[in-house]
Amino acid sequence: MALLQIVEPGEAAAPHEHRLAVGIDLGTTNSLVATVRSGVAVVLRDELGRALLPSVVRYLPDGSCEVGYEAQVRQALDPRNTIVSVKRFMGRGVADIAERESIPYLFDDGSGMLRIHTAAGLKSPVEVSADILRPLRLRAEASLGGALLGAVITVPAYFDDAQRQATKDAAKLAGLPVLRLLNEPTAAAIAYGLDNAAEGVYAVYDLGGGTFDISILKLSRGIFEVLATGGDSALGGDDFDHRIFCWILEAAKLRPTSVEDASMLLARAREAKEYLTFHGIAPISGRLNSGEVVDLQLTTEIFAEITQTLVAKTMQPVKKALRDAGLSVSDVKGVVMVGGATRMPQVQRAVGEFFRQDPLNNLDPDKVVALGAAMQANLLAGNRAAGDDWLLLDVIPLSLGIETMGGLVEKIIPRNSTIPTARAQEFTTFRDGQTALAIQVVQGERELVSDCRSLARFELRGIPPMVAGAARIRVAFQVDADGLLAVTACEQTAGVEASIVVKPSYGLSDDEIAGMLKDSMAHLKDDALQRALKESQVDAQRLLEAVRAALAADADLLSADELSRVDSGIARLESAALGGNRRQIMLAMDDLEADTKDFAARRMDKSIRRAFAGRNINELESDSPATRSGETA
Amino acid sequence: MAVTLSERAARHVANYMVKRGKGIGLRLGVRTSGCSGMAYKLEFADVAQPDDIEFESHGVRVLIDPKSMPYLDGTELDYAREGLNEGFRFNNPNVKDACGCGESFNV
Repeated sequence: MALLQIVEPGEAAAPHEHRLAVGIDLGTTNSLVATVRSGVAVVLRDELGRALLPSVVRYLPDGSCEVGYEAQVRQALDPRNTIVSVKRFMGRGVADIAERESIPYLFDDGSGMLRIHTAAGLKSPVEVSADILRPLRLRAEASLGGALLGAVITVPAYFDDAQRQATKDAAKLAGLPVLRLLNEPTAAAIAYGLDNAAEGVYAVYDLGGGTFDISILKLSRGIFEVLATGGDSALGGDDFDHRIFCWILEAAKLRPTSVEDASMLLARAREAKEYLTFHGIAPISGRLNSGEVVDLQLTTEIFAEITQTLVAKTMQPVKKALRDAGLSVSDVKGVVMVGGATRMPQVQRAVGEFFRQDPLNNLDPDKVVALGAAMQANLLAGNRAAGDDWLLLDVIPLSLGIETMGGLVEKIIPRNSTIPTARAQEFTTFRDGQTALAIQVVQGERELVSDCRSLARFELRGIPPMVAGAARIRVAFQVDADGLLAVTACEQTAGVEASIVVKPSYGLSDDEIAGMLKDSMAHLKDDALQRALKESQVDAQRLLEAVRAALAADADLLSADELSRVDSGIARLESAALGGNRRQIMLAMDDLEADTKDFAARRMDKSIRRAFAGRNINELESDSPATRSGETA
Repeated sequence: MAVTLSERAARHVANYMVKRGKGIGLRLGVRTSGCSGMAYKLEFADVAQPDDIEFESHGVRVLIDPKSMPYLDGTELDYAREGLNEGFRFNNPNVKDACGCGESFNV
């Protein structure tokens, strides 16, 4: 008999059609999976009731792996095959890894992508992450009683596209459909319901086991925008344990200890730290291998004192992030605490004093990111309550733009813009008397239209005939909450307008998007050269157009000799423009411009003579716009 | 005629209602669908309909539409755990046979 959950009024799903979705916090140290059950976000536990899954994978010679606590306990015995903190390697090459010497892994940098030699063969960070995600998926399926519709996976706000893509690939490899990647601080803010709160600026203070992150978020119209991020990738709860450990050695007057003694004392230090969250004094006792006995009392006062510099160290990135965002403390409406280390009273106090308000801390700081991700996943899966708004945290995966002369792409909405969004840009005509404009809507990161994906094409007609460059055509792109793109072109002087609606992601699979992104990086230099060449070809055409028009009107101003020189200049530029040598085009343009300089001056004289012919000086004066009163009297 | 909640189920419902922050009770019902004819409906209730049949069980208000009532009479709603999975279960004496997973049933 299936086990049912309570749903919102009118939302009962047909049998076997429950929209099961989870949120996953794929952390550096620990990972979690959460879901929304009968309207309440809960973290899913394993068979032993444990919520956390240590993000540790140990590879065995038979090709299998151990994940989580199992792998963690073997870490000291088998450091080379036990991968910890793989998140640091996601989307990175070997060259990007700092302090490579202190990491026990054997890296392989063959394909540019970082991989690690293990007993089970070469493993990429994507594969290792997939091995962490897989047991979480299985736990979720067992807990929810069915296959998952999908997952929202959280990533640090500072993750770039390579790192985000690597995270998506890991999920795919683990058999998890990704509903969306969500920034960790945003997930924490959602868990606290801030997405339904008043608009404003929020700070997310995330002190984990080994890393510290601060994010400044701005909420407007249901969208969280990351204004600034900062942090310290080598500062976390473990450093606080270490300070207690050092204090124990000093207070008990112990000599440097053996490895077993050190790990025992570190464990005692950690216990004392956790005990002090709810008590004023923590007893620390233990017996060393040498028979020496440790029996100490650590007070919150001493603990605060010996860790003061660590707490202060977190405040530097906080100040910097605020400065980067161009904000002051008084602009911050709320502060969210994330990460187990934020339970420490001295951290709470320091954050409260800095922001001059009590931080939000009533949710479990270890789980808050996963809970927020679960809530987002529930909404994205379509299990929303009547009052819920869609959370509009989506971004445009690839830039949107139009084709301009020469087959070049002019980007109008850059990728990663949050939707809904609207942008406009002004364009003009290329030819004298041009009355229509073809608008080709494209998506992609490359510079040439032929390398991007064409989404739609339409024409703006009825532009009044004007000289080239005089028309002002405003092209506006608008992407609504569902990702639908509307393009409108409007000629400003005459007011003629044309528009079209397209779905920008239509038909583009994740693979294609990834492929296109990869292409654009690989072809960055190529594209820049291609673009420069195309631009000079367009310039050449424009010059040829102008000279031909001038010749048609005023060829009589040139002597036969001059005319043949201009003609041959035109021919040289024409042939250069067909070729692929940008320098030759530029030279031919310079030549033609030099050859036609006198011609242009003569045409100017002629048109002035024509304008002034048959008029006397008085007429001209009264014609001019501003007349000085003293002279006309 | 009665539909009841086990004490455990009532405790969970009350807990969910507090966290949800609104609602007057629980709505049970059946609909025709599924591989075996009928399917249960288990929803939060925000408003009572005039012809609803109402019960109170361990402090939880239970609303049932009159058409569903004959299929649910005598049912006890329980809360159960099966491995990692947990949720509500209808112990319904009217059911003759159910599909493999029990999500839909016949009377």
